[in-house]
Amino acid sequence: MSKSEAPLLAADGMPLKEKLARTTRRMKMRAFLLTVPLVLFLLVSFVLPIGQMLYRSFHNPTGSNVVPNFAVAIKDWDADQGIPSDDIVKILVEDMAAARKNREVGKTIGNLATRVNYEIPGSRSLFTKTARRAGRITEGPYFDALVKIDKRWDSPHLWRTLQRVTNDYTIAFYLAATDRKFDESGSIVQADELYRIYLPILWKTIWISALITALCFIIAYPVSYLLSTLPLRTSNLLMILVLLPFWTSLLVRTSAWIAMLQKSGIINNILVYLGIIADESRIQMIYNITGTVISMVHILLPFMILPLYSVMKTIPPSYMRAARSMGASGTYAFTKVYFPQTIPGIAAGTLLVFILAIGYYITPALVGGSDGLLISNLIADHIKKTLNWSLGAALGTILLVVVLVFYWIYNKLVGVDNLKFG
Amino acid sequence: MSFIDKCKTRGFAALIIATLLFLLYTQSFAGMLGFLIIFGIPYFAMNDLPAYASTQDKIGKYIFLAVCTCIFIFLILPILIIIPLSFNAEPYFSFTEGMMALDPSAYSTRWYQDIWRFGMTAPDGDEGWWTDMWNNATWIRAMRNSFFLAIVSTLLATGFGTLAALGLSRPEMPFRSAITSLLISPMIVPLVITATGMFFFYGGTMQGIIPGYEKGLANTYLGLTLAHATLGVPFVIITVTATLSGFDRSLIRASEGLGANGWTTFTKVIMPLITPGMISGALFAFITSLDEVVAVIFLADVDQRTIPRQMFSGLREQISPTILAVATILVVMSIILLTTVELLRRRSERLRGLSPG
Repeated sequence: MSKSEAPLLAADGMPLKEKLARTTRRMKMRAFLLTVPLVLFLLVSFVLPIGQMLYRSFHNPTGSNVVPNFAVAIKDWDADQGIPSDDIVKILVEDMAAARKNREVGKTIGNLATRVNYEIPGSRSLFTKTARRAGRITEGPYFDALVKIDKRWDSPHLWRTLQRVTNDYTIAFYLAATDRKFDESGSIVQADELYRIYLPILWKTIWISALITALCFIIAYPVSYLLSTLPLRTSNLLMILVLLPFWTSLLVRTSAWIAMLQKSGIINNILVYLGIIADESRIQMIYNITGTVISMVHILLPFMILPLYSVMKTIPPSYMRAARSMGASGTYAFTKVYFPQTIPGIAAGTLLVFILAIGYYITPALVGGSDGLLISNLIADHIKKTLNWSLGAALGTILLVVVLVFYWIYNKLVGVDNLKFG
Repeated sequence: MSFIDKCKTRGFAALIIATLLFLLYTQSFAGMLGFLIIFGIPYFAMNDLPAYASTQDKIGKYIFLAVCTCIFIFLILPILIIIPLSFNAEPYFSFTEGMMALDPSAYSTRWYQDIWRFGMTAPDGDEGWWTDMWNNATWIRAMRNSFFLAIVSTLLATGFGTLAALGLSRPEMPFRSAITSLLISPMIVPLVITATGMFFFYGGTMQGIIPGYEKGLANTYLGLTLAHATLGVPFVIITVTATLSGFDRSLIRASEGLGANGWTTFTKVIMPLITPGMISGALFAFITSLDEVVAVIFLADVDQRTIPRQMFSGLREQISPTILAVATILVVMSIILLTTVELLRRRSERLRGLSPG
């Protein structure tokens, strides 16, 4: 009995258990080290850039860059007082005069005016006008001097906004991205009807992605079934018809759909030719939602067919035959025997297509016209055109969160290691 | 049932009668051809159903096959249609009357010539024609940029990706699921978000960090290469881990047991088995980079315009059939790449004994 309690020893006298643990640790380390170069590479080229974008969505130092001293002075001011004390106003006047004199890139009055303008539309001129005369104000009371330049300075709402704007950390862009804003008393309210654009577009994006996913599913299911039941040689041949679009450039496919769907395009030509529609009532199928949906279904279809096919291939045909031989009708055997077994493939395909559809940019930008625009197009517009980078970043963060939630679900249900092409 | 036998059945007679009726009704041979394709292919694809199949089953099967035929047409027609369209003599994106009547004068290769003529300073000059084309033709420059970027970023992605896939497919790999999710995420995260992040980071934060790139990596080939390599990584990981998943690990132990060191095992045993997967992964990364346009829109200057970027602005600004000519070339290229990948996949499956080939 006592003999068996002594630890087993390896050849070099070390306890076997410890030696095994050490070897396992070393093997784990070695496997991990192989992935380190790529992880580091992605960290620099991918993770950090996205992290920085997230940071930018709630960190905007424009205000404190332009009027640094005022930013410090007004930080602890109680906004319910209405108008700050003349000392604070004096600092603002001095800061504005200095900013106008120095004209450093990114620290001009224009930058501040743009930033405030996001929150109080139409206030731009107030700052440019005031800054021009700020240098001439030499003695107090400073507040009265400001009001003399422009009556709009006599507004608690403006000062409250200034306090918020000069704080580097802000949720203002998330509010804007969800069609909300601060009202005059500083509480969060819905934006005016006219300005509510982002949430409707986000919902529209989700809705269109769901529609595309559903259409892809309806189209992919019979084809995948056919491919999985045909003999290998035939199905490999037909698989080429699925894989060729997959390998063809996105831009090529999008231009092909423009050629197909435009008013003088092939589909309209065929319809006119067959006498289904009259020549003068050709259907507008491109540069709107219809065009976006049709071309995106075509583009994303392989991502639905491939996972469905790989699941269906593993289902033995004898199950269906057994069900039929025991008296089940075709429909009954399909819904009770075949369909439930394809659910893993359905989950993989629908989640993948939905995730890819929700962030699509190129196709909606080219064939979407104005009503087929999706959230990605708005983000790109804010980054490239209107240059409201923080708002673009906030919208991007919201989209990213939605995508990551679905990615997480995908990972839980399907597992990323099950992704395959062909 | 052979083809000849099929032609002798009652169903075939019905098909022919229906087609002729359709021809009488529409008076068009092209229409008849379409009708014959949609309803004829399913007819010939009908294989013998089991004896217990009822008429209802047969009709169901026929409808099912007809639907599948339509779906395959939907998949492939848009891609094939651009090939004849690119030979249009007129500057339109649609078939002209002459093209429908197969009039040779309605077809021309002028849009193909445009690929190398457009943007040249003297497209009809003799002096230094080749240098002029090489340096100034818009599409030729775009092609040079595209291929340069695709090749360099593919090498980067394949190198890093294969190494990581080797680690990921070891059974003792710690945090496998978390690391795999991270490495696949460039494919999942919307391109606009990735490109936005890179636009800020490469253009702003990277300023002055890398010697020689004091202004940051925006508008440089280096920045674009990094971006494209990042986007190609998931494809390499997916294909190489798929190849490694059927990998018989006892081969490694056998090799070690016979006295080979780690390097010899890698080059003589592992490499030959994963090379097909690696090449497919590389081709995926290559086509991803060649097709990528969002990162190029955000990160590249006019000098770094690639083929898809040029097509993007072409489709937005002035639609010309030159785009279709380029598209046709790209389609031919993707057919070649697809064939290569398919052959590699079969070879790899044969090597691993997964299929009879």
